[in-house]
Amino acid sequence: MLKKNCLLQMSEKGDELIISLSGEIDHHSAVRVRNEIDGRIMEMRPARAVIELSMIDFMDSSGLGLIMGRYSKMQAIGGELVLRDPNERLVRIFKLAGLERIVGIEYTSEKESEDEDQRN
Amino acid sequence: MKTKGTKNRFSARVLNEMKLRLPSLSVNEGAARAAVAAFCSQLDPSASDIADIKCAVSEAVTNCIVHAYRDTIGIIYITVRLCEGNLVRIEIKDKGCGIENVEEARQPLYTTDAANERSGMGFTVMESFCDKVRVFSGCKKGTTVTLFKYLKARE
Repeated sequence: MLKKNCLLQMSEKGDELIISLSGEIDHHSAVRVRNEIDGRIMEMRPARAVIELSMIDFMDSSGLGLIMGRYSKMQAIGGELVLRDPNERLVRIFKLAGLERIVGIEYTSEKESEDEDQRN
Repeated sequence: MKTKGTKNRFSARVLNEMKLRLPSLSVNEGAARAAVAAFCSQLDPSASDIADIKCAVSEAVTNCIVHAYRDTIGIIYITVRLCEGNLVRIEIKDKGCGIENVEEARQPLYTTDAANERSGMGFTVMESFCDKVRVFSGCKKGTTVTLFKYLKARE
């Protein structure tokens, strides 16, 4: 059995689905993870899904596909998708595709939200 | 007028070379980028340059797996050359289906596989994270992508 390079944990908080990803998101891990997330979204039909990204060590454009796919899924059931705590590298990749203009990004730590305020 | 020896800033004397061949299994995306990053670490690159290289290599290798060898398992050939002047040249070659229209394939958001959530950003990521990306492709012959990256001097 090959080791999984991306770990997925999901929890429910009211009508919110928290999706925590850690490790490496590439094509290999995205294919597996997306089916698990979609299964849970369709079962729970949350008003809001939050993808926690602070524990991501690596992401390539397969991560963009993964996020856009979940965004569409949430749109289809009338819900909202939010990305939480992406690091600078992730934001750089988002910006190549203009993803940050479509999907909401929030920061939990005060320091990072201050940085964000200064950038805006 | 171009001076002797600088006719192409992307051709420099090779100091060290690594060759890798991997079957086009998706699990090898991680293996390929980790191996290339480890080899490049001889040049003492910054964390940011290493992250750029890993991401660009991951894109090129994923293209081999998802597109070139779509319905089959083929061999991916990777050659990494560390050159004078802190230049890294990474060649990622397959003998797969080839790209019909390279110019079109390099456009941001262009994908032939939206159904599988391919974002169409692979070449854009490679171009953004490298100094130059060269693509040669022949239908049913295969594709060779060469990534050129100058490592920034460490502060």
